[in-house]
Amino acid sequence: MNDKLIVSTSPHLHKKEESVAKIMWLVALSLLPAGAAGVFIFGLSALWVIILGVVSAVITELILQVLTKNKITILDGSAVITGLLLAYNLPPKVPFWLPIIGSVFAIAIGKQVFGGLGQNIFNPALVGRVFLMASWPKYMTAFTQPLPAGVGLSYDAVTQATPLAILKETKILEQLSYWGLFLGKRGGCIGEVCILALLLGVIFLLAKGYISWHIPVSYIATVGIFTYIFGPKGLFSGDWLFHILSGGLILGAFFMATDYVTSPLTRKGHLVFGVGCGLLTAVIRLWGGYPEGVSYAILMMNAAAPLIDRYTRNRVYGTS
Amino acid sequence: MKTLVREFVKGIIKENPTFVLALGLCPTLAVSVSLSNGIGMGIAATFVLIGSNIIIALIKEMIPERIRIPCYIVVIATFVTITELTMKAYSPALDRALGIYVPLIVVNCIVLGRAEAFASKQSVLNSLFDGIGMGVGFTLALILISGIREFLGAGKLFGHVLIKGFEPAFVVGMPSGALLVIGLLLGFFNILKEKRQ
Repeated sequence: MNDKLIVSTSPHLHKKEESVAKIMWLVALSLLPAGAAGVFIFGLSALWVIILGVVSAVITELILQVLTKNKITILDGSAVITGLLLAYNLPPKVPFWLPIIGSVFAIAIGKQVFGGLGQNIFNPALVGRVFLMASWPKYMTAFTQPLPAGVGLSYDAVTQATPLAILKETKILEQLSYWGLFLGKRGGCIGEVCILALLLGVIFLLAKGYISWHIPVSYIATVGIFTYIFGPKGLFSGDWLFHILSGGLILGAFFMATDYVTSPLTRKGHLVFGVGCGLLTAVIRLWGGYPEGVSYAILMMNAAAPLIDRYTRNRVYGTS
Repeated sequence: MKTLVREFVKGIIKENPTFVLALGLCPTLAVSVSLSNGIGMGIAATFVLIGSNIIIALIKEMIPERIRIPCYIVVIATFVTITELTMKAYSPALDRALGIYVPLIVVNCIVLGRAEAFASKQSVLNSLFDGIGMGVGFTLALILISGIREFLGAGKLFGHVLIKGFEPAFVVGMPSGALLVIGLLLGFFNILKEKRQ
């Protein structure tokens, strides 16, 4: 009987035919539509950011695992996901070395230093992004306009602030239609703007059961409710749909907050986690110093995840 | 003579106050933003260490054991006041840059720690060399950390730009960057220590 009890950290798997690697690669696949949309909207420089981010992440993990004589796990797809998510969190026209340094930091400090997959406390892609934001704010806040329709893939770019940045500066909501926000006709990070493409990947993940609705729904609902209540013209006047469709909320709620390793274990814990992320995101957006709060909110809740686990433990039948 | 040299050398590598004993990390984190600050703090702390170690070793028989800490503090505070007034007179820019961390040398764990662990039990000559060794070790650690942080965080060394067009990572100059740099250096030195065994 004892050899059937396996004690391990997340990711935990139930079905025998699934492996961590298979799930990771399918998650990476589900991320591709958002990247393709980003490249289509912002031009070829976005493609370079994505390629550099992914390649640097994989090479960093390979080098570190060779140097420390550990098992080489680059084929399990988790470094690829980290590289993709980091690139998706960057503006389209950053210098070439930015995604490289970000990926190196994300893998080396965000993941490997803790002991590799399953041991990290924080989402590695967000660790990399926050490091880049604190180090080179000038490049991390220089966003470009979407390419005019019909231009095709090109390297041209015109700078433009994101809707959330304009909201933070002028307190006036940009005159964008919700449909425009949904399709991604706005300035922003590569992988966050096209909600449609993101949702394509989300539907796939939900259908296969690789993520559950608990974290994303509680996260997004909390942001919506909070921003509705604390609106600019007094209570219950907030534009909650604008807030849900802006910034990195959809990308963060579905692809980063749901990371198995850094989120709580139980469904109840997921709900608490999502609400916490939502509250922090909304507070930072409305009253904090930054226009967008998704990355900091998720990182802070990552730190709280073990605490949430302790209080939402599944009760064993027969004990009080 | 050999013992004296050993007391001096241990403060530099084997019992380096920053990377082995992990003492005095608070001023290290705060002050290591630039090389000139780091060296200035290192010299000031070394002077206080040497002075307090000598005096405490001289009067160690006279101090009742139950009130030894306040007695050490009085001695250390005297030397820190000398240092502070000298700094204010001859290098006011350094004093302004170090700010409150000059008076805080009084409670620097290295100074109080060596007084308690060494000077109160050993001869004056041994305590002198221990003080010099610890002070030099602290200063070398500060030079290493400040050099890295000033170069990566501000792109300069001693206030001069080294590589034109180099984009420094601002976070390295901030407190979070200090913790990152010191943590990574500590890990690196631990690896070296393990390899040697």
